[in-house]
Amino acid sequence: MLTILLDGVAYGMLLFVLASGLSVTLGLMNFINLAHGAFAMVGGYVTALMMNRAGVPFLLTLPAAFLIPAILGAALERTLYRRLYGATPLDQVLFTIGLVLMAMPIAAYLIGDEPQQVHLPQWLSGRIDFHGVGIGVYRLFIILVCGIIALLLQTFLVRTRFGAQLRAAVDDARVAQGLGVDVDRIFAIAFAIGSGLAGLGGALAADVVGGIDPSFPVKFLVTFLIVVTVGGSNGILGALFGSLLLGTLDVAGKYYVPSIGAFIIYAVMVVTLIVRPQGLFARGDGR
Amino acid sequence: MSAADASATTGRLAAHLHRRARWRWGEIVFWLAVLAAIVALPARAGIINEVIIAGLFALSLDLILGFAGIVSLGHAAFFGLGAYAAAILASQGLADPTLGLVFGAAVAAIVGLVTAPLLLRGADLTRLMVTLGVSLMLGEVANRNAWITGGADGLNFSPGRLLGFFPIGFTGQRNAALYSFAVLFILFAIARRLAQSPFGLALAAIRENRLRAGALGIATSRRIVAIYTLAAAYAGAAGALLAETTQIVSLDLFDFHRSADVMLMLIIGGAGWLYGGLIGAAAFIVLRDVISAATPEYWEFWIGLALVILVLSGRERIGERLRRLVAQITPGAARRGVA
Amino acid sequence: MSAPALEARGLSRNFGALIATDDVSFSIDPGARQALIGPNGAGKTTLINLLTGVIRPTAGQVLLEGHDVTHLPSHARVRRGLTRTFQINQLFPDLTPAESLGLAISERNGSGGDFWRVAGGRPAIVAEIEDLLQRFGLDGDLDQPTRKLAYGKQRLLEIALALAARPRVLLLDEPAAGVPEEERRDILAALAALPSDVAILLIEHDMDLVFNFASRISVLVAGRLLTEGAPEAIAADERVRAVYLGEDAHG
Repeated sequence: MLTILLDGVAYGMLLFVLASGLSVTLGLMNFINLAHGAFAMVGGYVTALMMNRAGVPFLLTLPAAFLIPAILGAALERTLYRRLYGATPLDQVLFTIGLVLMAMPIAAYLIGDEPQQVHLPQWLSGRIDFHGVGIGVYRLFIILVCGIIALLLQTFLVRTRFGAQLRAAVDDARVAQGLGVDVDRIFAIAFAIGSGLAGLGGALAADVVGGIDPSFPVKFLVTFLIVVTVGGSNGILGALFGSLLLGTLDVAGKYYVPSIGAFIIYAVMVVTLIVRPQGLFARGDGR
Repeated sequence: MSAADASATTGRLAAHLHRRARWRWGEIVFWLAVLAAIVALPARAGIINEVIIAGLFALSLDLILGFAGIVSLGHAAFFGLGAYAAAILASQGLADPTLGLVFGAAVAAIVGLVTAPLLLRGADLTRLMVTLGVSLMLGEVANRNAWITGGADGLNFSPGRLLGFFPIGFTGQRNAALYSFAVLFILFAIARRLAQSPFGLALAAIRENRLRAGALGIATSRRIVAIYTLAAAYAGAAGALLAETTQIVSLDLFDFHRSADVMLMLIIGGAGWLYGGLIGAAAFIVLRDVISAATPEYWEFWIGLALVILVLSGRERIGERLRRLVAQITPGAARRGVA
Repeated sequence: MSAPALEARGLSRNFGALIATDDVSFSIDPGARQALIGPNGAGKTTLINLLTGVIRPTAGQVLLEGHDVTHLPSHARVRRGLTRTFQINQLFPDLTPAESLGLAISERNGSGGDFWRVAGGRPAIVAEIEDLLQRFGLDGDLDQPTRKLAYGKQRLLEIALALAARPRVLLLDEPAAGVPEEERRDILAALAALPSDVAILLIEHDMDLVFNFASRISVLVAGRLLTEGAPEAIAADERVRAVYLGEDAHG
C-alpha cells in the first residue's frame, strides 16, 4: 500500500511540474492555454530523440528538454499569444485548440505516429527494498527532482526580485506597471518558464506513460486542466496540493477500483467545483 | 408632443418590436433549397443527412453559447447520451424512431437539468472545466458499462420504420434525410420563436450584462438552467437521429474532439443568430471532406490553422454576408458573437 | 408610524483587513428625497451594493418596507421594489432602449419568462414602453442599439430602466457622472420629475444637485456615517467642511 502511495506521490509530482506552467499563465494572465500539453510533448520528444538517435545520456537531455520548449514558448508568446491577452475566454480557447490541432499533425509528420520510448539508464531502473516496501528507483528520482523544482520555484517566487515583481503583476497588472514593473517582460519570462517546465515534465513522464506520441497533448490536456482547476490558480502551493491529491487518488483508484478508473479524477474535480468553485487554494477575491 | 408625433412613435415602436417575427424571404429560400437538395440528389442523401444532424447539434450549442454566452467544452455529452439512449431503446425491442427521438432528447435533457446548477458558480474556466469534466465522466461511464453500451465494440440494433412505414436505416437514406430535415425544421422553428420571446430577450440581456439583468429583476440562474436543459434536449435529439439513421453508435461520441468540432462549426457560421450553426456545419463537413481527400492524415492541421487565423483576424465569419440576407433573428446578436 | 421605506441596521462589510463599511445605520422614509455624500473612497458604492444585495454584509441587516431582505439575492429585492442605477453605465449594448425597457417591464409584471409569445405582443406593455421613452426623451432613439446612443442619453436610459420596475425605493449612484454640460439639464429634469411616492437616495459629488434635490443629507466618511441632517445643517457643519476641504487640499 505504501508502494501505491509513493507511486501516487510520484505521479502527483510529475503532474505538478507539468501543470505548474499552466497554473502560472492562468493565474497570471487569466489566459486559458489549452496548448500547454504541446510543450510537454516537445520536451518529451527532445529527450527521446536525443537519447535514441544521438545516444545522449538521459540526465544530459533534461536541460535541453527544458530549454527548447522554453524558447519555443517565448517565441510563440511574443508573436502570437500576446495578441490575445485581452480576448474573450472563448477566443483563447479556440485559438489554443487551433494551435494544438496544428502541433499534433506536425509531430506526426516530422517524427511519425509511433510512440517514442525513453529507455531509462541502468542506475534509474529497478526497485529498492526499503524495510520490506518495494519502491521504484525512477519513482524516487521523480519525487526528488520534482521536489527540488518545487522548492526552487517557491524560493524564486518568494525571495527574488523577479519573483516579487511576478507576484505584484499577478495581483494587479496595472498597478504593478505604474510602479515600474515591466509587465510585458514578466509575462514573457513566466510563459517561457512555464513552457520549459512542461517540457521537462514531459521528458520525465515519458517512461511513466509509455512513450511520447503525437496525441500526448490532448490525452493529458484534461488532466492538466483538472489539476489547475482543483488546485486553484494561487501559485505554487495550490498547484502542488492539487497535483498530489489527484495523483494519489488516480493511482490508488486505478489500483483498488479498476472498474471506475479515470472516473475518479473527473468526479473529484466536479465535486471540488461544486464546493469551492475557485479551486481549493484560490485567491481571496475568487479569481 | 403633438398627436401626429405621438402616433409616429407608436408606429415606429410597434414596427421595431415586431421586426423579427416574420420569416424573411431569405430564410424561406434557405429551407426550400435544403429540401430540394434532398429530393433532387438522392445519391447524396447520406452526406446531406450528416450535415443536417451536425447542424442540429450546432444549433443546440448556439442556444447556450450564442444566446446565454456559456462556453461549453462538453456539449458532446448530450449528443452521445441521445444517441446511446435511442440505440439502447431500439436494441431492447422498442425500435420506433419517434419514440427513440423523444427518449434520447429526454435523457439528455434530464442530465442537462441536473448538471446545469454546476455552471452557475465560478468563473469562466470553472464552467469550461465542469462541462468538460461531466462529458468525460459520462464517456467513462459508457466505457465501463459495456454490458449496456456495447463498450468499444458498439451496439447492434435496427431502427424501426418511421411512422410504421418508411425505412430510415442504411436502406432508406433519402427517407432518413427527410426525417432529419423535418426534425431540424420543427426544432429550429421553436428556437426561432423562443429567440423573439421575452425569455429570449432576457437571455440576451443575461449574456450582455449579467449584473444588470439581475438588477432588472431577472432570476438569471433559473433562466440559464432552463436554456441549458433545452440545449441538452436538442443535442440529444440530434444524437438520436444519428443513431437511428446511421445505425452506428460509438464511444468516441463523448470525446473531447467532438465538442471541439461542434464549437468550431458554430464559430465558422457565427454564434447567436441560429442559422450560424447550420451554415457552419455544412461548411465544416464540406471542408473536412475536401481537405481529407487531399491530405487524409493531416486535415486536422488545416482545421487548426483555420481556427488560429479565424481568431487572430477577429472572427469574421462566413455568416457575415449571409446575415444581411436573412436579417437578425435573435435579439442583440452582436456582430462579434459572444461574451 | 409606518415603517421606513428602506432601513440599514448596523451594516458592516470588510474585505480581509480592509473595513469598507463600518456599522452603518440609517433609514429612508417613503417618498423621501435623500442624498448620500462623502469623499472619494468613503464606501458609498459599497453601501449601495450592500443595500441592493450585490454583496453580502459581514454584519447587520437591510430592511425593505419593514421586511428583512438581508439574505435575499438582488433580483428578489428588485421584485420587492428596490432598484438602483450604476455609477458606470450598466446597460445592454446591443439591445435597443425599447427592448431593454420592455424587458424590465415584462419582468416586473411576471411575464418575463414567457417563451412563446413574441416580445412586443402585449399592448399594455408597449404603451408603457412608449410612455417611459417619452418621459426620458429617448423616443428618438428607441430602435438604436444602446451602444450607439450619446452618453447622456445612455445615462437617462440607466435611470429609465430602474424606473421601469416601478420601484418603491430607488438608489441613484452618481446619475450625472461623466455627463457633458449640455446633457446635464436633461438628467436634472428627469430627476425632478421622478414620481413622488418613490423614496429616492441620491449619491452625488455635484453639490448643487445635492442641495437642490435632497431634503435630508447623510455624510459617509471612511465607511462610517459621520452625520445626517437637513441641507442647511450639513452645509454649516464644521466636520463636513473639514472632510471636503481636506480632500481639496490633496486633490
